Order: sequence, then structure tokens, then C-alpha cells
Amino acid sequence: MGFPILSILIFIPLFAGIAILIFGRKKPEAIRPVALVAASLVLVLTFILWATYSIENAGYQFVEQFSWLPELGISYHLGVDGISIAMLVLTGLVVFTGVLVSWKINDRPEEFFAYLMFLATSVLGVFSSLDLFMLFFFLEIAVFPKYLMIVIWGSPQTRVYGGMKLTLYLFIGTMFAIVGSLAIYFVSPERSFDLLILEKAGFAASVQKLWFPFIFLGFAILGGIFPFHSWAPDGHVAAPTAISMLLAGVEMKVGVFAALRVAIMLLPEGARYWSTWILVLATINVVYGAFIAMIQKDFKYVIGFSSVSHMGLVLIGFASLNYNGLLGAGLQMFSHGVMTALFFSIVGMVYDQTHTRDIASLGGLAKKMPFAAFGFIIAGLVSMGMPGLSGFIAEIPIYMGAWQVAPIVAIIAIISIVITAAYILLTIRKVFFGELPAQYEASVHDISTKDKIAIGLLSLFMIGIGLLPQLMVPLIESGVNHILALLGGV
Amino acid sequence: MEFVSIPSNDFLAILPEIGLLLLIGFTLLLGVFKKNDKNFLGWFVAIGLSLILVIKLGFLNPGSEQHSAWGGMLQVDAASYFFQIIIIIGAILTVLFSTNQNKFEFSADYLALLLASVIGMNLMAAASDLIMLYLAIETTSIPLYVLAGFMKKDQSSVESGLKYLFFGAMTSAIMLYGFSFLYGFSGDTNLFKISETISAGLIPMGIQILVLLMVVAGFGFKVSAFPFHFWAPDVYQGAPTPISGFLSTASKSAGFIVLMRFLMTTFSSNPQNWMVLVMILSTATMLVGNLLALLQKDLKRLLAYSSISHAGYILIGVASGSQLGFKAAMYYLLVYLFTNLAAFGVAHIVETQKGSSQISDLTGLIKSSPGLAFAFLISILSLSGIPPFGGFVSKILVFAAGIEAGMVWLVLVGVVNSFIGLFYYLNLLRTAFSSGEESEKLRISPSWSLALIICVLGIVVLGVVYTPWISWLNFASTNLISLR
Repeated sequence: MGFPILSILIFIPLFAGIAILIFGRKKPEAIRPVALVAASLVLVLTFILWATYSIENAGYQFVEQFSWLPELGISYHLGVDGISIAMLVLTGLVVFTGVLVSWKINDRPEEFFAYLMFLATSVLGVFSSLDLFMLFFFLEIAVFPKYLMIVIWGSPQTRVYGGMKLTLYLFIGTMFAIVGSLAIYFVSPERSFDLLILEKAGFAASVQKLWFPFIFLGFAILGGIFPFHSWAPDGHVAAPTAISMLLAGVEMKVGVFAALRVAIMLLPEGARYWSTWILVLATINVVYGAFIAMIQKDFKYVIGFSSVSHMGLVLIGFASLNYNGLLGAGLQMFSHGVMTALFFSIVGMVYDQTHTRDIASLGGLAKKMPFAAFGFIIAGLVSMGMPGLSGFIAEIPIYMGAWQVAPIVAIIAIISIVITAAYILLTIRKVFFGELPAQYEASVHDISTKDKIAIGLLSLFMIGIGLLPQLMVPLIESGVNHILALLGGV
Repeated sequence: MEFVSIPSNDFLAILPEIGLLLLIGFTLLLGVFKKNDKNFLGWFVAIGLSLILVIKLGFLNPGSEQHSAWGGMLQVDAASYFFQIIIIIGAILTVLFSTNQNKFEFSADYLALLLASVIGMNLMAAASDLIMLYLAIETTSIPLYVLAGFMKKDQSSVESGLKYLFFGAMTSAIMLYGFSFLYGFSGDTNLFKISETISAGLIPMGIQILVLLMVVAGFGFKVSAFPFHFWAPDVYQGAPTPISGFLSTASKSAGFIVLMRFLMTTFSSNPQNWMVLVMILSTATMLVGNLLALLQKDLKRLLAYSSISHAGYILIGVASGSQLGFKAAMYYLLVYLFTNLAAFGVAHIVETQKGSSQISDLTGLIKSSPGLAFAFLISILSLSGIPPFGGFVSKILVFAAGIEAGMVWLVLVGVVNSFIGLFYYLNLLRTAFSSGEESEKLRISPSWSLALIICVLGIVVLGVVYTPWISWLNFASTNLISLR
């Protein structure tokens, strides 16, 4: 079994969070360093996982298993494949940068950083679970940190509404997935929640067709699938910066990751049966999200809806059920996570100084905060799928995959890039270039060094993956091959 | 050992109850001498109850064995054992919460009444004879009527006691009428004998259904299931808060074991009737509880409606009529004991110091008493079924039982309800965790914090470690199933 690196990874933030809650009131100066150390450890551990995962052997590695409730076939079972490693690295990056950009939070900091850590535990747990029960266990731990962080530190106008909407949507999605999962549990030959056993269960086609929508749609709600996407922009806009980063950057990936791991991998027949419908919904996601993003007047809503649009691409990749589509979807999950985290962090930095998110009243900020402008442009280029950046590496295979099953979807999705380019470029021009409004002349300063480190780190990964796709592609590929084998080599 | 073999099975079967009776005597005696030190009495009873609990845990565990005692009056098995433990723990925590306050006169009478109702509940958990069942239910109820109205100067408390009495008297009369049919047709009061009569087809189906409805009225009152739930909000709001907590946990658990045992024993030959009935009750109870909870402004009243809705979730487990279903229902009740007592405990602490239990009184709890706020957080999250707390597992188990029994629609009703529930639970949390203005730190006496710590530990441990409890429940649920 070896060194329990995954357990350590999951429990570091948990214990850090508990420690911060208990001692933070007495030693407020230690809160941020403890959170930063925990986040750095998580980041380093995910890098170690990335570096030591053996791509030749593929499959699930770093496996740990202990019995938990053997009677019902529940075990504490951790393990990661290529796709999960990418997601863990993404989580490490976003949590680390999230702590950096939240440095200035002064209202009840001990709770803020503790909840942030709990959220990290939840997400890391989901990505490394090989047991269905455990996956839900970790998934639902996130409910209260998410809700409390939005309603306590969120933007005062919409936090009560946005926080409640987001939490309720995510909860009902999970509950439907739980019902579907329990249903397939009871028809599985060997009653077990173990994903590896369920993968081999060979469910009857009728079972798969019946329960696939419950599980897939339940999880896809967490990924913002149309028509259940409206929580995403509302919730992400209401949330404080670090939480927007985590929610849009990682939490939405949790949804699609679980949809892939549970719905598609356990019920491949069902996936094939319903793939046309997913394609239709996902295409609406892509186009509709982009159009709505274009007409937004609020800086943060633009990014919120762009997430909806980009998550549609991930779902298109899933629904194409072929090598290219799945590979692209995996890459897009990583690329979009980093990109959105960067977007939201910069939106937060701009808002902190200007106290407005109204695009029309912003302008010329590149003069005052050039590094933020640089980061935003990089993220913008990634979201347009510019060659040389991670977005390109991710989106091209998705279009190729979609072309193989339904060329019309590929065409529509590619056209949506034009819309994306339009709203991203417009936003960049209006916010960062042109006249700097007079009232900001004195009040806006350059961003702090910590913010710059955050932007630099996230940008580095987008450029790095863009220039050296071999860092990430074989990793995702090893995970995709396993899925293709389950799908029966389609 | 020689001296262990002296007591007969009959004696051992009611040993804890004898202990409780002695405890009542001592308490009343001490109450005469220690008039001025009421808290001492509280600790005395809490320790006495703990001793009984230890004896029960250490020496009286029946394991997988089951036998009847006192000529078929009581059934000694893992199921009754498990529920008696729930009831005694509930009583200990209630006593701890009742000390150190001035909302009502905490006295030897109060404790004696509480202990008397514990005796009744313990007997309810084991009763397997109509006479015993009825006597146990009344022994439970009558002290509770008095306790609900114990704040003699508070009109709403007196009103709640009276309301509880009228409602209880009415439903138990209906239940007794149902019992009389069973006796009339079978000529016996023993549940197993009645069961034989029914399976021999000697009672017409129409009468069976009539009896079922009447008896379920009595038990439904105890578990506060729709449409016998009307008393719950008024009584929970008016009664002393620790008593509300006791009613919603221990008393409810006793109601559930009676319900499960009666249905499984008496109607063992044709379970379809009661399964359908319980399914309908479950649906209505969940919906009524949750929808009305949305409208509440008072924390205790809200908890009352939430407690009704939880009875609905537990009924899903009962309705499935399977081993997993009973296991789920029992696990749910165990978790619910700690969870709801913690929630009522917080309500109690807030109420004693702020004068009322309005939800708005929770504002800024995180600032004034962070520890209390986190205890509240944990209990509310457990109520809404969020891990890593016990409520998550128990909800999953109940839903799993429903799906196993093929009642997917009922589970979907449950899912929608837990969604509604989450809405008002989150609103409570938002209030407690909103900054608000600086308010005075709440005083939390040692007995209260001890009780809260026990509750929180219970919630967390039950939410993370499952195997030991589930294996207990295996025996308990097997006992109930094998009654068939």
C-alpha cells in the first residue's frame, strides 16, 4: 500500500482548518501563514503526484483501501488516474492562489480561511475517491462552507439570494445523483459502492438507460448544464473572490468529473443512449452562455456566463464519447479551471480598488495595474482558444471529437468562439484600456506582490501547457484510454 | 458466578426499571433535605441514570438472543435494549439541560416525573402485550402532560400541557378501542397470540384495517405523524425547552419501537396493508412538516415542524418493512437523539438568556458565543443531512431502504423534502452566523456545555464511524424481522 499520500493530501487542509478555527481567535496573526502553509503543502503534494504517477502503467495508482462499513460494501478507498491527477493539480493551484488573493480579508479571518480549507478537503476528497459513498460524503461536505462563505463575505446586494440558489441547486443535483446511485447499487450483482467493482458490474441495458439521466444530470447540474445553469453566474458573482475562483474553477469540475466517473464510466450503455440529448443541451450551453455573456454590464457576470459556455464544451467532449472528445474534455477541465480562477481573481482585484463591477464605468486600468491586465489578457486568449495556450490544446480535440459524431455541433461550437472573442476583447478594451476615469486616478494602485504571484502562477500554467502539451496530454490520455475500454472501444 | 445466577430472567428484564424506581425514591427524599441546592439534585439524577446506563451496557446486552418475560408481557431482545439505551441517554441529556435555570422551578418533582416517564418508555420499548403496551404508554404520557405544563406561571406552558393532555387522551382512547377489537376476536392480549389469530384468517379484513387505523392513531400521536401532529408545534413551543427536546427524541423513539414491533408482530401475515398506510403517512408527514416549517418565526416552533418532517423520513424506513429499513429507522433515531437535543439545547440556552426563542434572537450568535454557534451549526447540518455528521448517513440509509423496497417515488418525495428542509435550515445558519451588533456573551453553565459536548461528539462519531453501531442494529432489526 505504501505511503498514504492521498489521505495526507486530503486531511492536511481539514486539520489546518480545524486548527485555525480553534486557535485563530487567540492568535490572529498566525491564521494566514497556517493557511498558506497548508495550501503550499497541498500544492507540492499534487505536484509530487503528477511527477510520480506512472503513465506507462496507467490505471488507478496511489491506492489506499480500508474497510469502513463492509456490510453495505462501503470502504475508504482512494486512488487516482490521469484525469484525477490533473484535477488535483488544478485544486492545488486554485487553493494556493485563493489563499494568496484573500490575504486582505479582515472580517472574521479565522472562519474564512478555515472554511476555505474545508472546501479544499471536500474537493480533494471527491477527486481521489474510488468509492461511491465516499464520493458523496466528500461532495456534500462542501455545502456549508460554500453557503456560509457566500452569505458572510459575499457581495452585499446579492449574497443571500445567490448563496441560497447555488447551495440549493447543488444539493438537489447531488440528491438526484444519490438516488440514481443507490438504485444501481441495489441491482449490482455484488452489492458494493466500490467504483472499481461497479465498473465491472455489467448493468443491464434497461437499468443503464433508466438511471443514467438521474446520475448524469444530477452531477451535471453541478457543472452548470443548461437549463440548470442559472445558479452558476448568480452564485459566483455573489461569492467573495477566492470562493468564486474555487467554485467556478474547481467545484464545477467536481460536477463534471463525477458525471464522468459515475454516470459515463459505470453506465456506458446509458451514456450512448442519451448522448444525443447531452450534445444538444451542451451545445445550447456553449452558444447561449456566450451570447448572454456578451450583453452583461457587470464585469463579474461576463466571467460567470463565460464559465457556463466553456463548461458546455466539456460536456460536448463527454457526449462525443470518443478519444478526441474525452481527451479534449479532460484538458478543458484543467485549462478552464485555471483560466476561470485567474479571471475571477483579477475581477476581485479590480473590484477591491474601484468598488464597482460596472464595465461602463471602468477603463484604462492597464496603466495602474499592468500585471493584472497582462493576466486578464492571457486568460482571455486562453478562453478564445488561441494557439500556444492551454485553451487551444483543449478545444481542438473537442471540436474534432464532436465532428466525428455530429459535424453540426462542431460547427456551432466553433462559431461560438467568435462570440467569445467578441465579448472577451470588448471587456478587455473597456476595462483595461481607453481613458482612466478621473476618480480612479488617485485611488487605484498597483496590485500587491501576493496578487502578482497568484496571477503569475496561474498564467504560467496556461502558457506552459500551451507550449508543452506533452506535460498534460499523456496524463489525461492514460485516463481516457481506460474510459474508452469501458465504453467498449468506440 | 453464584450471585449472578440468582436473579431470574424476569427480574433481570426489569432491573433498569427497578433502578429507576429507586432513583425516584431517593430523589424525592433528597429533595426534602436539599431544598436549596437544586443543581445538586440534577447532578445526582444524571449520575444515577448514567449508572443505570453503564449497568445496562455492561451486563444486560442480550446480543442476538430474544425471550419473553413476565408471562409474555415483555419481550427482551436487542431491539428493546437498543431503544432503552436511546431513552436513557435522552433522559440524561435532558436532566443536564434542565439544571441551572430559572425559567421554571427545577425541583425533585420535576425529576421524579421525568424518571417516571422514562420507566414508561422503557416498558414501551419491550411491551409485547396489549395491556402492558397500554399501561406503558400511559405511564409515559401522564408525567409528560404535567412536565409540558410545568412552568405554572407561563400561560403558554399550561396551555401546552392541557393541549397535550386532550390530544393524548383522545388518541389513546381510540387506540384502546382498537385494542378491544383485537381482544374480542382473538380472546387474548398477547401480541403473538393475536398474530396467530390474524394469520389463521379469523379476523375479517375490514376489521383488520379498522384496527390498524385506530391503533396507528395512538402511535402516530407519539411519533407526531400527520394527521396526529397538531399538538406538536404548540406543545414544543410552550413546554420547558428541555422537555420539548425530550418529547421530540426519547418519546418519539419509544413511539417508533412500539409502532414497528406492533406492526411486525400483529400483522405479520399480511404486511401490505400497513405498508401502504405507513407510506401515505410518511409522504404526508414529510410534506406537512417541511412546508409549515418554512413559515415559522420561532425557533422552537420551527424545530417542532422539522421534528414532524423527520418522523416522515423515519417512516420511509418503517414502510419498507425490510431489515435494512428497520436498521435505517433505528440509526436515524439514534442520530436524531443527539442532533435534536443539541438543537433544542441551543434554543434553551438562547431562550433562558434572551427571554424568547425567536429566530431573530440567534443573530450574531457566532460573535457572542462562537462555541455555541458551532454546536448549533453541527446540529443543524446533521438535521439537513450533510456529512460528516450523522444525519447524512441516516438519511442515505433510509433512502437506500426505500429504494431497495422499490418505493422510488417515496424516496423522491423524501429528496424533495430534504431540499425544502435545507432551505430553512440554511436560513437559520445564516442568522446565527451573520455579524449583527455586538451582543452580550451568553452564559453557558457547565452542565449545559457537558450536554452539548456529548451531543456534538455523538453527532460526529455517528457520522464517521458506522460499523460498531450497525452491527448492534443487525441484531435489533433481525429480532423485529423474525417476529414475522
